[in-house]
Amino acid sequence: MPGQDPAERRVTVTGPPRRVRRATGYYRPRTEIDEQTTLGHTYVRSLMRTQLRAALAVFAVLGLLVGPLPLVFAAMPDAHRLEWAVLGFCLYAPLVLLALWYVRRAERNERDFVRLVEDR
Amino acid sequence: MNSSYAITAVALVVIATVLVGAFGLRISRTTSDFYVASRTVGPRLNAAAISGEYLSAASFLGIAGLVLVQGPDMLWYPVGYTAGYLVLLLFVAAPLRRSGAYTLPDFAEARLASQNVRRLAGAFVVGVGWLYLLPQLQGAGLTLAVLTGAPDLLGGGIVAVVVVATVAAGGMRSITFVQAFQYWLKLTALLVPAIFLTLAWQGDGSPRHAFEEPATFREQRVVTVDDSLDLTIDRPLTVTVDGRVDGRARDDQRVRLAAGTHHIEHGTRLTFAKGSAVPAADRGSSNGMSTSLEASREERPLYATYGLILATFLGTMGLPHVVVRFYTSPHGVAARRTTVAVLGLIGAFYLLPPVYGALGRIYTPELGLTGDADAAVLLLPDRMIGGAGGDLLGALVAGGAFAAFLSTASGLTMAVAGVLTQDVLPARGVRHFRLGTVLAMAVPLAASVLVGGLPVADAVGLAFAVSASSFCPLLVLGIWWRRLTPPGAAAGMVIGGGGAFVAVAATMAGFPGTGPLHALLAWPALWSVPLGFLTMVLVSLATPGRVPTGTAAILARFHLPEELRAEVKA
Repeated sequence: MPGQDPAERRVTVTGPPRRVRRATGYYRPRTEIDEQTTLGHTYVRSLMRTQLRAALAVFAVLGLLVGPLPLVFAAMPDAHRLEWAVLGFCLYAPLVLLALWYVRRAERNERDFVRLVEDR
Repeated sequence: MNSSYAITAVALVVIATVLVGAFGLRISRTTSDFYVASRTVGPRLNAAAISGEYLSAASFLGIAGLVLVQGPDMLWYPVGYTAGYLVLLLFVAAPLRRSGAYTLPDFAEARLASQNVRRLAGAFVVGVGWLYLLPQLQGAGLTLAVLTGAPDLLGGGIVAVVVVATVAAGGMRSITFVQAFQYWLKLTALLVPAIFLTLAWQGDGSPRHAFEEPATFREQRVVTVDDSLDLTIDRPLTVTVDGRVDGRARDDQRVRLAAGTHHIEHGTRLTFAKGSAVPAADRGSSNGMSTSLEASREERPLYATYGLILATFLGTMGLPHVVVRFYTSPHGVAARRTTVAVLGLIGAFYLLPPVYGALGRIYTPELGLTGDADAAVLLLPDRMIGGAGGDLLGALVAGGAFAAFLSTASGLTMAVAGVLTQDVLPARGVRHFRLGTVLAMAVPLAASVLVGGLPVADAVGLAFAVSASSFCPLLVLGIWWRRLTPPGAAAGMVIGGGGAFVAVAATMAGFPGTGPLHALLAWPALWSVPLGFLTMVLVSLATPGRVPTGTAAILARFHLPEELRAEVKA
């Protein structure tokens, strides 16, 4: 409106957002990964592949550890004490150790990947 | 046994739950606090909370009862419950947290950009959650009935009211404290009596016949049969009968029962001599967590064991109350470390139920006969120690059992209410969340009143099998496979999860009786999980045009470490 005192003009007053919103599926275009170029995809794929390999390796060990047990127990129907001992007490520690092994491997993979991307 | 101690213990647990919840309420300020505790729960608190939530009535009472009745094969249950977390850690934990979604339907929508898949996943979450809530309410009723003779519905009602009040009032932040507190309560409630019971066992000369098959009576024992039942015995058995067996009235007569099935009418008193084998009761669909799919196990033990292993190993990752917890971790690395801590905590807990199962086989073998095997954990302190000490230990166990019902029921209610609020009720917001909470609890409470006698272990097993054949393929393929399409995911969930659901529902309804088909339907995981995966892969490959456009960016978000993302932002 012409002639109006600029000091009286209506303005919207807002504060800064209280919490920065988590970026969902959106990154600033700084690296190849964020620009989703072919090179960026290749990086992500390689990370996924190493992580999947780590997971499958531990899963295979779990399968080899647990898979034959029902057959063993079926083959030895009188070994009740063995079954009680193995299922009741002996399996939990190996499960935790497998988990620790996987977490160390997965975190190392991620550290290596970060180093690779930063040094580029 | 003196029930006033037990009532006091249960009341104390309920009051402590409400107080700890109220403490959380005071610091629960924002909507984000409400739903995901503002994603700031560190690994140690979160791990205790996850474990507290996970150790349900089936773990606290059910395993010892199952072992008592069916022997060491049933120890596969706790092993599977624990190993399920390892599989979850391997394939799901960190990417799921990084996906930034809050519930399984959120995950489905974020990954596949499809409202239909979201709604389908929501329906499965609500279904599995309700199925899992039902046994918690029934277990609470059983506990209170065994301890105090209260009507069956009272325990379930108390649990429902307390859970709705805590969840609706404080949301996730307050629940996190409640759950963490209840893990330690449950561990104490099993550990302390276990120590005393083991000492009592040693003082008794360490009888070792717990590991023999079948279990035997170690002294003359009188058993009163409350409900009519069919008794199956392998070899002839001599008992003293006061009542009606096979339709003939006996008055304190010694009877030699031939091998086979015998019908015992209610009110009959059987006196077993020392050293005689404990016969197995065959009561079809009676109530109790331990009378599960027993018959089919005997037909195909190896198939049933592998079905159980597959369902529990792969089903854990899809349980709605388990998954929601991962969004409360601050980042993916913390989510992984939390999972390792959870494995340690629940592994430590599961060392205890087998102790109760073994002692139960020595000191309370007749519980399997009267169908109260789930009460073994509750009754052992009184039976073995007795006096005021036994009463106090029994009260501690009862309090722990109630903590188990409360914590698992809170977590499930939280998850189901989250889905109902976001996908079913019209607008979002904390007020609607409270309405969702009431709705989430009302349906299973009504169902527990209506169906009453549903075998608890079957409901839990069904929840695991359905979750393993619907959510496991969705999560694993969604996180690791770029060619997954919305039609593929929907088809896989419907055919795998729906197939498992129909199979176990048919078994529970008594179809098809016996034979290989029955075993196949009673333990569906072995075929329904591969079926779910296969359908998802094949339909996805057949609809290559429907791969969502943002797939590459979303998978990058699932797998890239946060430090890289933070750096990019700065």
